Amino acid sequence: MYVLRRLPSLIATLLAVSILTFLMTSLLPGDPALQILGAENATPEAIAAVRAELSLDDPLPVRYLHWIGDALTGDFGRSYRTNEPVSQAIVERLPVTAEIGLLAIVIALAIAIPVGMLSAYRAGTRTDKVISSTSFGLLAVPNFMVAILLILIFAVWLGVLPATGWVNFTDNPVQNLRSALLPALSLAIAEMAVYTRLLRTDMIATLQQDFVTMARVKGVSNRRILFRHALRPSSFSLLTVAGVQVGAIIGGSVVIETLFAVPGVGRLLLEAVLVRDLLMVQGVALVIAVSYVVVNFTVDILYSYLDPRISHGRSAARV
Amino acid sequence: MTASQKEGRANEPLLEVDDLRTYFDTPRGIVKAVDGVSLRVDRGKTLGIVGESGSGKTVLSRSIMNLLPKANTIREGSVRFEGRELTTMKNKEMRTIWGAEMAMVLQDPMTSLNPVTKIGEQITESLGIHLNEKGKVAKAHAVELLKSVGIPAAERRLGEYPHQLSGGMRQRVTIAIALACSPKLLVADEPTTALDVTVQRQILDLLESQQTQRNMGLIIITHDLGVVAGRADEIAVMYAGRVVERAPTRELFARNRHPYTEGLLRSIPRLHQPSHSRLQAIPGRPPDLVDPPAGCPFAPRCNYAQDKCLTETPVLAPHAAGHEAACHFPVGTTAGQEALARNVAAGRTAAGTPLDSTVLATAGAA
Amino acid sequence: MSTPAPNLGAPHPGVTSELAPADGLIAETSAAAAPGKKRKRGFGVTFWLATVWLVVVLICAVFANLLPVKDPLVPDVLNKLAYPGPEHWLGTDGLGRDTLARLVHGARVSVTISVTAVAIGMVVGGFIGIIAGFFRGKLETVLMTIINIILAFPALVLLLVLLAFVGRSLVVISLIVGFLSIPIYTRVARATTLAVAEREFVRASRTMGAKNSRVLAREILPNVVLPVAAFGLVAMGVVIVLEGTLAFLGLSVQQPAPTWGGMIFDGKRYLSEAPHVVLIPSIAMFLTVLSLNLVGDSLRTRFDVRGSNL
Repeated sequence: MYVLRRLPSLIATLLAVSILTFLMTSLLPGDPALQILGAENATPEAIAAVRAELSLDDPLPVRYLHWIGDALTGDFGRSYRTNEPVSQAIVERLPVTAEIGLLAIVIALAIAIPVGMLSAYRAGTRTDKVISSTSFGLLAVPNFMVAILLILIFAVWLGVLPATGWVNFTDNPVQNLRSALLPALSLAIAEMAVYTRLLRTDMIATLQQDFVTMARVKGVSNRRILFRHALRPSSFSLLTVAGVQVGAIIGGSVVIETLFAVPGVGRLLLEAVLVRDLLMVQGVALVIAVSYVVVNFTVDILYSYLDPRISHGRSAARV
Repeated sequence: MTASQKEGRANEPLLEVDDLRTYFDTPRGIVKAVDGVSLRVDRGKTLGIVGESGSGKTVLSRSIMNLLPKANTIREGSVRFEGRELTTMKNKEMRTIWGAEMAMVLQDPMTSLNPVTKIGEQITESLGIHLNEKGKVAKAHAVELLKSVGIPAAERRLGEYPHQLSGGMRQRVTIAIALACSPKLLVADEPTTALDVTVQRQILDLLESQQTQRNMGLIIITHDLGVVAGRADEIAVMYAGRVVERAPTRELFARNRHPYTEGLLRSIPRLHQPSHSRLQAIPGRPPDLVDPPAGCPFAPRCNYAQDKCLTETPVLAPHAAGHEAACHFPVGTTAGQEALARNVAAGRTAAGTPLDSTVLATAGAA
Repeated sequence: MSTPAPNLGAPHPGVTSELAPADGLIAETSAAAAPGKKRKRGFGVTFWLATVWLVVVLICAVFANLLPVKDPLVPDVLNKLAYPGPEHWLGTDGLGRDTLARLVHGARVSVTISVTAVAIGMVVGGFIGIIAGFFRGKLETVLMTIINIILAFPALVLLLVLLAFVGRSLVVISLIVGFLSIPIYTRVARATTLAVAEREFVRASRTMGAKNSRVLAREILPNVVLPVAAFGLVAMGVVIVLEGTLAFLGLSVQQPAPTWGGMIFDGKRYLSEAPHVVLIPSIAMFLTVLSLNLVGDSLRTRFDVRGSNL
């Protein structure tokens, strides 16, 4: 089965990513013990005690094995600052980021697919030119700028949506959606532009294929040609890029969650980074990186369902 | 449609193309891809359209099918299918004709089937659109169609994807799709070019037998005279967007009149020739269709070219019953022989192409 | 039907699509399907407008101290949040500092960071990519595996962690961003090298026994540099946005030195009363990134060897 064949590479990537996370946070300058204790309490004895407690004096591979072993059982240690278990902080905040990210992708695709198709269908016309240049322009708008504009319009001028804050879904679903909408839209705009341009290019290529001519000669309606014949073969790179762009969404969520005061993983990471809360940074970075790798693995699997040529063992021209 | 209407239509030719022109407006200028072509196909007859790539034969086929985009395309002349004018038809009307009455087979079966859709679905689609067949009925019909084009284990094939089939099988599937609703006219655009030589013959035989069974009109477009030699009732030779010679197949092979046809015939290998005898290629390339030179478009490559050919464009002139050619100095006529002799004596044609005496030796031998 | 002709099943003469497949119809009407020739010769008005804007930004960055603008750090306390007017051409910020002056000096940060980062990424990444694409084999496998693992990590996360622990001066930020952008240049350079190495003139030169170093220097390098540089322009836009993002997170160059991102971040506080404080630096950043994209994209299309090998 395709999933099984891809599994070794998934495990290898996860391993590599975990090592990278560990090295990144372990090789950085500065003594964690000193940071935990603070300058005034840092007697040499106290530092030695803390280093022993955290096994900071062991060789790197040993420390890595300890760390990854604990991480696999869900134990990422405790925050230096709040003494809260890292895993608990992540579990509380991950759903928020996931909701906003997912909403962003759904919005982006919901707009990009019809618009990209229209643009390709009317390639060369004024409609196409307007769509193409608009999406090109949107690529140059950073997400924080989108966020500020959205706040200006919907919160300051119209006053219809909250500018900051978060309501849990279990507390109030409607308010939850209202508080997720602007952050999600801020992340969605740039994604939408990327998807639209990609789909347009691929769709134009597909519409010139012989099998589309064949479908026309069969007497198939334009609408059916677009949706039933051309969309699926045109969506391979869209899917791949949507997976890769999850990275951009995760990165963007750091900014957007901070801007909208939303308690997500991105903001958690930023706060941990700012106070150099080492174990928290390690834990969050690992979870983010692993989610990203898993998402892209899933995309790869979905891809094989979309393109029967792959699951049947013949490698189609792929990157 | 009543019986009498059907009768009435039966008297008309199936397809009549009259002075068809298709120009593309491009930044480089107007491309005259099809420039005044007239053709006729009757029920149960086969027309072969022959020409090298760049001669406009594919654009001609798409123009006949009314498949070209409207923007930046200039179309004149008429295409009548059973008396109905197609050139002015909207896509919406065309859709009742496409698949149901006119069908098409394309060159490359690799690309003309949708890679992500099962074979069965691709066949039953037009059955659903035109015959309103759904579910089991459609499926049974599809199996029947696959069997009729010679595909073994037809039921199993319905659930397979195109990449699981060989090239020849795929082309059989596209033929089955084209034949699904029993069209009256089938246009096959280079149907065998992308296939192995051994499979080519099978596909051509299949097309021929289906045509006879269904009393269908058939247009075979090819760059290879050999493909249509034994099969077409009539052959039209295209060059630079025009028909330069048109004749019943036997007549064309026996008494070709146009130097271009002569060149095409000479480039077919023949069994009775001694092995190692050289095939003659036609020198040069087809002209740029943006700014065609004045006079006969073939003149720069023609051994017979005279001054007249560089200034005056020849028009189709009758030579025998149903045989027309567009040439000032036709092959096999006194005028032609004299022209060739003059050029050989001068060592060059009027267009400046160098000639040597071997040309004279082989002239007329074809 | 008055709607424009749909674009189904046939090449549209009005479309310049590099991806046009070798369809029979296109082959026969190559003139009709490839209207690019004439149009590509010139770059068009937007390209030149974008170039002019980039030159203006560059001049501001280099000659910020010489240009006749006010001091970007001195507040005009009587004129806080002033609208654009004769005294302050583009208004003032929440502390009464001149927006135009801060924009001009802020350009310096954006230009420094983006040029340095892109230069590092381009030189190091380009080198690795060319080596990988030219010598192939095990070396390529190893290099590309490392590159792909780094790429499997969301870049901003890496950046945040590095910045927090290493520090954040202009130099450090430029170096880290440059370092992080190495993988993507490696991929671009490798893809281009692969395509160039397959071309006839390179094969010919290798078959004729030219030394590897000579082929690399004389044939590969000149053909890879332009596409990679064009990509670098687009990447500069990304770096400028990244600096803005960092400023937003309080991780960019320390205040009170003006940066565009910092100006947007500061102005956010006055969004309801004085939106122009946010909008003016936003527009400056938008125009710069847009111009970089436009110029980079036009150049990339022109120099593209084969973009699909990425």
